[in-house]
Amino acid sequence: MVVPQPVKSVSPHPMIEMRHVHKWFGEFHVLRDINLTVNQGQKVVVCGPSGSGKSTMIRCINRLEEHQDGQIFVDGIELTNDVKNIEAIRREVGMVFQQFNLFPHLTVLENLTLAPIWVRKVPKKEAEETAMYFLERVHIPEQAHKYPGQLSGGQQQRVAIARSLCMRPKIMLFDEPTSALDPEMIKEVLDVMIELAQDGMTMIVVTHEMGFARTVADSIVFMDRGEIVESAPPQEFFAHPKTDRARLFLSQILGH
Amino acid sequence: MSDTQSHYTSPTFAGPKAGQPGRSFADIPPVKWARANLFNSWLNTALTLLLIYFIVKYAIDLVSWGLINAVWEVPGNDTRACRDIRGIGACWALINEKFRFIMFATYPYEEHWRPALVIVIFLALYVVSAMRRFWNRKLIAIWLLGLVAIGVLMWGGVFGLRYVGQERWGGLPITLILSTFGIAIAFPLSILLALGRRSDMPAIRVMCVTYIELIRGVPLVSLLFMASVMFPLFLPEGVTVDKLLRAQVAIIMFAAAYLAEVVRGGLQAIPKGQYEAADALGLSYWQKTVFIILPQALRLVIPPLVNTFIGLFKDTSLVLIIGIFDLLNAAKTSVNEPAWRGFGVEAYIFVAIFYFVFCFGMSKYSQDLEVELSRHRKR
Ligand SMILES: Nc1ncnc2c1ncn2[C@@H]1O[C@H](COP(=O)(O)OP(=O)(O)OP(=O)(O)O)[C@@H](O)[C@H]1O
Ligand SMILES: [Mg+2]
Repeated sequence: MVVPQPVKSVSPHPMIEMRHVHKWFGEFHVLRDINLTVNQGQKVVVCGPSGSGKSTMIRCINRLEEHQDGQIFVDGIELTNDVKNIEAIRREVGMVFQQFNLFPHLTVLENLTLAPIWVRKVPKKEAEETAMYFLERVHIPEQAHKYPGQLSGGQQQRVAIARSLCMRPKIMLFDEPTSALDPEMIKEVLDVMIELAQDGMTMIVVTHEMGFARTVADSIVFMDRGEIVESAPPQEFFAHPKTDRARLFLSQILGH
Repeated sequence: MSDTQSHYTSPTFAGPKAGQPGRSFADIPPVKWARANLFNSWLNTALTLLLIYFIVKYAIDLVSWGLINAVWEVPGNDTRACRDIRGIGACWALINEKFRFIMFATYPYEEHWRPALVIVIFLALYVVSAMRRFWNRKLIAIWLLGLVAIGVLMWGGVFGLRYVGQERWGGLPITLILSTFGIAIAFPLSILLALGRRSDMPAIRVMCVTYIELIRGVPLVSLLFMASVMFPLFLPEGVTVDKLLRAQVAIIMFAAAYLAEVVRGGLQAIPKGQYEAADALGLSYWQKTVFIILPQALRLVIPPLVNTFIGLFKDTSLVLIIGIFDLLNAAKTSVNEPAWRGFGVEAYIFVAIFYFVFCFGMSKYSQDLEVELSRHRKR
C-alpha cells in the first residue's frame, strides 16, 4: 500500500503562535494574556488544575471557541471571523476529545473516510486505503467494519486518533485523551500517541499523565486561573518548579 | 445442594408434563397468572366474571349485527329490507351500491379506471419508498414520474384521455393526494424550519419561530378556510388557483409547523460533541447537518414523527368543510340520498377500515425501521 507520508520540510514560521490572547465567558475572564509558540515537530504538554482554562485554550486554536483579544496564527494563517481561514485551519489541525466523539451511526471506516472525501475531496478508494493504513497504525485494522458502540473505550479513542490523522493534519490537539478511559486502556492510547510523537507530529496535549509528559514533551505549560504560569522543559519543570502554584499542583498530582 | 434443586420447579418452565408428580392444571402459566391476577379475591372474581359477560355479549352482538343478520344486497334502491332490520343487522348493501361513489365520488363513472390506477400507483410508490435499497437519487426520479402519471390520469386532456376538472375529483385518490404530498413536502420543509429555529442568524431564527408559532397556533380548519375563501381575494382578477391546490398548500404549511417542532426535539438530543467533532474535521455547516446531525436526530424522533404523519393523514378529512370530496366526505355524502338516509354507521365503518389500514401500515413500518436502524447500537 502506497500512502504518501507528510513532507517534512521546515516551515519558516511557527506552527502555532498565540499573542496576548484573552477570552471571556460573559463576565468570566477565562484566558488572560496567553502567549504560546509551538514550532514544527514540537510537543507541548499542557497541565494545570481543573477549570484553569486548558481546554478553552486549545479549543481556541481550531476555533471551537472564539478569542476576543489578541492574535492566533496557525501555520502562518491568522484566525479571524473569515470562514475561509477557519476552514483552512481546521483542515490542518486535528483534534482528539476526552469523550472520543465518534459518529455512532457510521462504521469505523466511514468515520475515517467522511471528512477526507467531503472536505479534502479525496477519491473514496484512496480515502479507504488511507483509513486502513491509519487503522493499522493504531493497531485495530480488524475493527474497520464495526460501529463505534461495539468497541471498547481504548479502541474508540484510537479510532478517533486515526480519524484525525486521515485528514493529514500538520498539528494534533489532544484534550485529556485518556481521562475517560479505564486504567487498563490508558496505555494502549498513550503508546499510539508516543509513536505519533516519534514520527515528528506537532502536538499539543492536555493531560495529567506525567509519565507521558516526561517521555515525549519538549516543554510543559502549566496553567492556572486562565494564565500560563510556567513553561519549561519537563526535567526542569518536574525538578525545579519556579512557582508555588506549580509546586502545589505537582505535589497533588504526583501524590507527594 | 442437589436436594434443594430437585424440589425447585421453575415457574417459567412449568407445564403439564405427564408422569411428573406435583404438577397439575394450576401449574400451567396462564392459569397461574389468571389465578394470581384475576381471581385472587371474591371482589376480583366477580368483576372478572362481569367483564367476561359483557365482552362475550358484545362480541356476539357485533357478529350477529355485522355478519349474521346483515343485509348484503337489495334490489335497486329499494332499501326496505335494510330498514326492517335496523339495529339488528348491518346494511352492507349500502357499500355494495355506493362503493364506486365512496371510492371516487363525482369522478365521471365511465372513467373510474383512472383514479383506480392512481390508487395503484400510490401504493406502488409507498412500497418502493419503503425499501431501503431505493433510498438514493433514483427515488426522487421515481416520485416525479409517479407525480406526472397521477396528474395525467386525474386531469386527462392528453393521450386521448377525456379532461376531468379538479372539481369532479373525489374519494380515496383525494385523500391519498392530500396526505402523501402533504407529508412528502411538509417533511423536508419542517427540517429546514427546525434548523432555522436553531440558526445563529437572528433574522432566520425569528422568521422560523414566528412561522411555527403562528401556524401552530391556529386550527387547520381556519387555515383551510383562509386558503379557500380569503386567498382568492388577494389574487389579481382572472387568476384562479385550483381549490385542491390551495387546500394542499394549507395542509403542507400546517404540517410543516408541527413537524418542525418534532424534528427540533431530535436536534436537541444530539450531544454537543458531535457538532464539535464535525467542526474540528472541517466539515461545512451543510455537510455536518446532512451527514452527522440529521441521520442521528431523525432516527431518534421516528415515533413522534410517525405519530404526526398519522395525525396528518386523518386531518386531511377536514377538507370536507371547504367542499372537497375526500374519502370521508364521499362516504358522508353517499347516505344523503333519501333511500339510504340513516345508514351512516355502515359508511363510516367502511371508510374507517381504509384509514386504519393506511395508518397501521405506517405505524408498523416505522417500528420495523426503528429496529433496523438501531441494530448497530446492540453488541
Ligand atoms: N461555554 C462556557 N460558558 C461559560 N463558562 C465556561 C464555558 N466553558 C468553560 N467555562 C468555564 O471556563 C473555565 C475553564 O474551563 P476549561 O474547560 O477550559 O478548563 P480546564 O482547564 O479544561 O478544566 P478541566 O481540567 O476540568 O477540563 C471553567 O471555570 C469553566 O467553568
Ligand atoms: Mg478540560
